[in-house]
Amino acid sequence: MSAVGATVRSELIGLGGIVERNIYLTKRYFLWDLAFMVWTIANTLTIVFIARAVKLPAAQENRLATSLLVGAVIWAFLGIIFEFVTETVAWERWEGTIEYTFMAPLSRSMHLFGMGAFAVLYGLIRATILFFVVAAFIGIHMPNANFGAALALIGIASFSFIGIGMMTSVLPLISPEKGAQLGFVMQGMMLVVSGVYYPVSVMPHWMQAIAKISPATYALRGDRASIVKGAGIAWADVWPLLIIAVVAIPLGLATFKRGERYAKKHGKLKRSG
Amino acid sequence: MSSFAVPPSVGTSVRSGVPAVEVTDLRKEFRRRDKRAGRFARRRMPALQGVSFTMERGECVAILGQNGSGKSTLVRLLSTLLINDGGEAKIFGHDAFRETRAVQRLVNRVSVEASFFKKMSAAENLSYAARFYGMGPAETRVKIPEILERVGFPVDRRGESMENLSRGMQQKVALARALLTSPVLLLLDEPTTGLDPRSKLEVQDFIKAVRVEHDATILLCTHDMLEAESLADRVGLLDRGKLLFLEPVDDVKRRYGVETLEEAFFAATGREYEAEADEDDEIREVFG
Repeated sequence: MSAVGATVRSELIGLGGIVERNIYLTKRYFLWDLAFMVWTIANTLTIVFIARAVKLPAAQENRLATSLLVGAVIWAFLGIIFEFVTETVAWERWEGTIEYTFMAPLSRSMHLFGMGAFAVLYGLIRATILFFVVAAFIGIHMPNANFGAALALIGIASFSFIGIGMMTSVLPLISPEKGAQLGFVMQGMMLVVSGVYYPVSVMPHWMQAIAKISPATYALRGDRASIVKGAGIAWADVWPLLIIAVVAIPLGLATFKRGERYAKKHGKLKRSG
Repeated sequence: MSSFAVPPSVGTSVRSGVPAVEVTDLRKEFRRRDKRAGRFARRRMPALQGVSFTMERGECVAILGQNGSGKSTLVRLLSTLLINDGGEAKIFGHDAFRETRAVQRLVNRVSVEASFFKKMSAAENLSYAARFYGMGPAETRVKIPEILERVGFPVDRRGESMENLSRGMQQKVALARALLTSPVLLLLDEPTTGLDPRSKLEVQDFIKAVRVEHDATILLCTHDMLEAESLADRVGLLDRGKLLFLEPVDDVKRRYGVETLEEAFFAATGREYEAEADEDDEIREVFG
């Protein structure tokens, strides 16, 4: 095997190792996951029940409930991706393995993509369960829903989400105590401007301007159109997501590498506790 | 192939005709809060000050020093976890701060804390570590039981989660993790600290065996003088970031006209070895 081939093979094995490790951990922490799932379902129900409270005609109420459900599910999905990618460092620091992982000959891009790949897989499973459990509980009807298009758009949006997650994952590296929390702040800000439970048009103009660079805006808009109206994938939602991904992934990697260098310079790349 | 054989990918990174480790005027400092100078004031704390030494391939060198002497900082610099503030370090001719990927393929370490995913089993933790070095599932399925047996870990317990294993068992898994990737430079940072006497002896015997069977160069950082004397070809003393000497034990004793390394420490520093309670350099790094 050529040197390049051997390196590619080695990197892919490393990426697979990250996914494999997260599968092990998910199995070990299954009850935690179950508890978190119940909490997410309860939280989503509190949002979707708002559609009942506003006393609309049945068709409009169903439409509003579906729209809120899509917002809540995308929020949950995004939250999982951010949690996994942002806590790449925080988890390893907590478990004490951070030094072994960062001294291993695996490129940081494969390391972060491994985390991202598992997060997308795991997030999709959870989001699907969440969606159908809440829809069944509330009794939402989706006769026209184009689930394939909705799923495909989430898949495309995942690349941008991972890229932005990479940028925030540097925060726990720079600030072991406050970094993870700052990542959650970033996630919240992104969803606020993206119209998670309301149209972007109701926000002030400056927030609408920021919404244009948020991938969640296009994921929410496209998925609502697919689930509520049965629309296919719209190129108007796809191309911004692709551009954001093309910018966010290299920027995320560069930010992380810079943060790693800072951490190595200041002795922050180490376990705590 | 034996579990300890150097894989071809590693072999190509090992340059011949160069020392295994070549450290020249290596310097590192950390900043820490200085409350006396103001709320946000920081002061510089030197961790390593102009450290120079070389190690030949296959050699075992022990670096002695108390907490805060700079031992862990030295190990972390050589394992690419820190960036230096001056000087240089080369591992088999590769710059430890510029050619990090090449260095990472050659080095592995065992530290005082075993550091594993506690809910995962020994086998799962080893698989995870091995993937980073390009070892696929087919390879680890064979090698993990082999290496665990070699370090004296009961192979039938490899499926138990790490949190259920004793400290000594965990440290054996840590040794297995380091050796699984066939490093040509093994960095041991107080590998026996906190172990019961039996586990300590087992680990020390294993380190001796690795030297004989595996073509590894070993840098052992410890505060245990007897351990250093029994395992190492040469012994160095790191004190407050300065390497005071690095030579065979007999030469050290002869130089200071003393019978023991403890007396040599006193002669070199003017302080008792056990008496000092210096600040741990790890604490300095976290909160610095």
